[in-house]
Amino acid sequence: MRVAGRGIVDRSTPVGFSFDGKEFTGFAGDTLASALLASGQRLIGRSFKYHRPRGVLTAGSEEPNALVTTGRDTDRTPNVRATVQEIYDGLEAQSQNAWPSLGFDALAVNDLLSPFLGAGFYYKTFMWPVKFWEKLYEPLIRRAAGLGALSGAPDLAPREKAYAFCDLLVIGSGPAGLAAALLAGRAGADVILAEEDSVFGGRLNGEALQIDGQPGRDWAAAVLAELQSLPNVRLMRRTTVTGAYDQGTYAALERVNLHRTPPGDAPIECFWRIVAKRAILAAGAQERMIAFRNNDRPGIMQASAVRSYLHRFGAVAGARVAVFGNNDDAHRTAHDLAAAGLTVTALIDTRPDAVVEGPFPIFRGAEVINTAGRTGLHGLSLRHAGGKADIEADCLAVSGGWNPNLALTCHHNGRPVWDEKIAAFVPRPGSVPGLEAAGAALGVFSTRGALDSGANCAKTALQALGFKCPSWEPPEAEEAEPGITAHWAVPGPGRAWLDMQNDVTVKDVKRAAQEGFSSVEHMKRYTTQGMATDQGKTSNVSALAILADTTGNGIPATGTTTYRPPFTPVSIGAMGAGGWGMGFAPQRFTTSHAASVDRDAPMVEVGLWYRPSYFPRTGESSWRESCDREVTMVRETVGVCDVSTLGKIDIQGKDAAEFLDFVYTNTFSTLPVGKCRYGLMLREDGFVMDDGTSARLGPEHFVMTTTTAAAGPVMKHLEFVRQAFRPGKDIRLISVTEHWAQFSVAGPKSRELVNAVLDKPIDDDGFPFMACGAVSVAGTPGRLFRISFSGERAYEIAVPARYGDSLYRLLVAQAEALGGGPYGMEALNVLRIEKGFITHAEIDGRTTAFDLGLQGMISKKKDCIGKTLSARPGLMEDREEMVGLKPVGGVMQLTAGAHLFAATDKPLRQNVQGHVTSACHSPTLGHPLALAFLRNGRARHGETVKMVDHLRKIETLCEVTHPVFFDPEGGRAR
Amino acid sequence: MSRLIARAPAEGLTPLDADGTTLIELPMEPITAISPFAGQEKAVNAALKPLGLRFPKPGQSLARGKARILWTGQDQAFLIGVAPPEIPGAALADQSDGWARLRLTGALAEAALARLVPLDLRTGAFPLDATARSLLNHMPLSVTRTGTDSFDLMVFRSMATTAVHELDVAMRSVAARQDGG
Repeated sequence: MRVAGRGIVDRSTPVGFSFDGKEFTGFAGDTLASALLASGQRLIGRSFKYHRPRGVLTAGSEEPNALVTTGRDTDRTPNVRATVQEIYDGLEAQSQNAWPSLGFDALAVNDLLSPFLGAGFYYKTFMWPVKFWEKLYEPLIRRAAGLGALSGAPDLAPREKAYAFCDLLVIGSGPAGLAAALLAGRAGADVILAEEDSVFGGRLNGEALQIDGQPGRDWAAAVLAELQSLPNVRLMRRTTVTGAYDQGTYAALERVNLHRTPPGDAPIECFWRIVAKRAILAAGAQERMIAFRNNDRPGIMQASAVRSYLHRFGAVAGARVAVFGNNDDAHRTAHDLAAAGLTVTALIDTRPDAVVEGPFPIFRGAEVINTAGRTGLHGLSLRHAGGKADIEADCLAVSGGWNPNLALTCHHNGRPVWDEKIAAFVPRPGSVPGLEAAGAALGVFSTRGALDSGANCAKTALQALGFKCPSWEPPEAEEAEPGITAHWAVPGPGRAWLDMQNDVTVKDVKRAAQEGFSSVEHMKRYTTQGMATDQGKTSNVSALAILADTTGNGIPATGTTTYRPPFTPVSIGAMGAGGWGMGFAPQRFTTSHAASVDRDAPMVEVGLWYRPSYFPRTGESSWRESCDREVTMVRETVGVCDVSTLGKIDIQGKDAAEFLDFVYTNTFSTLPVGKCRYGLMLREDGFVMDDGTSARLGPEHFVMTTTTAAAGPVMKHLEFVRQAFRPGKDIRLISVTEHWAQFSVAGPKSRELVNAVLDKPIDDDGFPFMACGAVSVAGTPGRLFRISFSGERAYEIAVPARYGDSLYRLLVAQAEALGGGPYGMEALNVLRIEKGFITHAEIDGRTTAFDLGLQGMISKKKDCIGKTLSARPGLMEDREEMVGLKPVGGVMQLTAGAHLFAATDKPLRQNVQGHVTSACHSPTLGHPLALAFLRNGRARHGETVKMVDHLRKIETLCEVTHPVFFDPEGGRAR
Repeated sequence: MSRLIARAPAEGLTPLDADGTTLIELPMEPITAISPFAGQEKAVNAALKPLGLRFPKPGQSLARGKARILWTGQDQAFLIGVAPPEIPGAALADQSDGWARLRLTGALAEAALARLVPLDLRTGAFPLDATARSLLNHMPLSVTRTGTDSFDLMVFRSMATTAVHELDVAMRSVAARQDGG
């Protein structure tokens, strides 16, 4: 119900929303929880395991109970905290974990079976037979338990990630945070003030406290107005700082548009990475509950939440309110309610010596021992020195004390310290460098104490940042720190709930200890206390205290479980914003992309590049037909293929040749200017890293070609070698991959085609095999290389990339005039397999030069990277060596990835003798071919082996051959 | 004889506008990587002097007339906008066609880049003419502040489409935020 004259919601602006299909009206400024409570809806959801009716427990992000699903169908979000979700016109919310309805839930039968379903039940009961777990038990349990469910459809809501930087990050905007931000802002520091709530002010919005003689929230509003006027202060509301990472980096989730229908392209959430030189944690504290029998009924809430609903939202969960606590702070609730004209039916204080007066029945040294009302509280029983009493109440406000919100201080594995005086853990100073806690987060609970603490932290931070701290006149505010006597649970029969989100009771925790799970981490795993979306914010300290009592170890020795980020749930969609679909990685397009797409070529991803797979022609029904045609075209006439994706590294300097000698196994210092040479590159460990040709453009100028896949790694490797192994030498490297568009022109008619675009024709005397040089290509300076990856006479012709599209179209058109045309990756692959040329299918990081039959390329006359380790025992003998394979039996299929066995061996793991790396159908030879690695394979040419593809269920008898199938002498290329 | 036709890296993808903040592709200009050899800084500076430039310090760019030189890495700078003079003592490499050059200008420029670039681009930390090699989301980036609300961005030519797309999304996103982000 609403309370007249209270709250800061805008009563002139009604807002319509629905809950479980029923229409409700709240006011602008309401959360879903406050609007439902104001409308008399106390029952919000069903619990995780026992399907017990549950309502709103808190007024903040720690809420374990009041979780709903917002939206509908594929556009829905589960486990939204009703205490955080602001209402807006058109908001749809549904309760969770209830069937057929919230009021009558069939699975509430679990609650009756609870004596059998306590902690550890699943572990003990569903052990055997082992097989049944995955197929039967787990699906059944999962269906019965759980919270909200995802729709299963991709979440396409717009989200974003962003970076921010500041001198000082202030986390939380209660009195401590506002004082700190104000001082730092006045000092001129770049300040970010992050507030989880939709309004700044922290608890000042939920209390009737006065500062400087005015309502606390008015003081907060005045401070905020000043902060807003400062250009160096950035105010971020609806922003939860969720993690503290290295070197002053903090993660934060901003709920940009979850409180309204997002306008246009605006994101619904933003995941921030905030880098701050200093940070102040002024995140306040969370009130904890006291465990007693049936303490989970809708209507039972944190005392502070009852005050928040009263003062901020003008809402209360019922007309008759009882208050139960172990500290002075709880008294404030009774006084505030009474002052608002509500009926306080009892103030129950566990302390016999509690000092309190008020216009309501007061029970000292008393405890609540039970409650009544299945779907909503209507009464409670208490025990006091004089006996027992039954009290009527629709709402019970409970306070077991306050836990500082110190999670962020533990994200570098710092452990909090137990403070007996306030019966709470407080942050360990210095546990996150540059982060200091202030106010209630530090365990300073009075308003004046919080203001001073925030100001002190600001002073320290400003000093460290080199700013002069302005003077600080502390405002008038209450100074009394509330007294408390720890009281965790009320002894007695029945179930007293600790972790409402996981349905963990006091008895479960005790049982964990009895069964030997006496460490707090083990207790957590045994009972599931502290797991799930709320991470046990309202129950962790109580649970470990009860564990400490049970084991007798005491709270400081028991300690807490590990606090890990995120502090509150962060949607994966926010962390991965922009990454779905094609946003996963940048797309790299060659200059010939449009021309290839124009020809309907299916584009395949090669690393980040897109390359044409094949160029279908009318009448061709499969890729194989197109591929076969393109292979034959290159072997008989001429084909054009974009090879710009290969890495091109420009290497200059008087030590460039020596540098190449050092990074390649073979010698480049002897290469004449105007010539290319094939090179093999090893890693430090002696295995093959990459291969390619390098061309000598001048005495001190080379351009190295790498494979497409290894362009980045080779560049990195060269840069490392240059800086670490050849410091002081004159070697300068730069990638020119992107500057040049380069096309392979291959086939018997390739010279004819090249000459069709060159301003000055070439001949074989002037441009023999492996020559390179500058040319003029249709008026544009370019480069020509006579190298071949197809085994045919071939050239690679390069022009600055701006001309790539034009040159490609020109080459293809001219090629067609010669009976040729473009060819794609499939044909390129077949052409090189026919020739036994390797790619990264063969040099997969596990093969040596010896395996490839290229050990002769490791020069004996000089050192090179990887040379010593390539001669290690085991790398030069008894290896799987590269061979060719062709089918000889009835089955003609060869597949890459298949394993090789002796013809008579069973195809078992222990009999494996090698594997196939590349396979294709050769239109040139008329049968399938494969490249493979076979144990001692070079000595086994002519032998018959068995290829078995266990995945595709193929078994093929093959003849072992030399890996070069076509034109072994290489005459065609020359 | 036919003549080859030049195409710009981000041809047809720009201009973009989001609430007055614009993204344009800069015209193709000569870009030359200059890498002085050991001990040759003086010779390189002397060669650059007629342009009114010198070899920049890390993180620095210098502009004079049409020419700008920006630090791009260890012993490496890019000379943009003019044909390179003879520079003895340095390796020169033509980079003119390797990069898409974009200019982001407007009140939302810094906020849009904050969505994609993990650098502190506030004026105090990244003042006029400051330059850095960084990332534009997943892409290698060179970023230079060329005005109070203007940045020159260089990404690999092959990635121009993705770069423009991601900048477009970021620009529209910050423009749609009613609080300006």
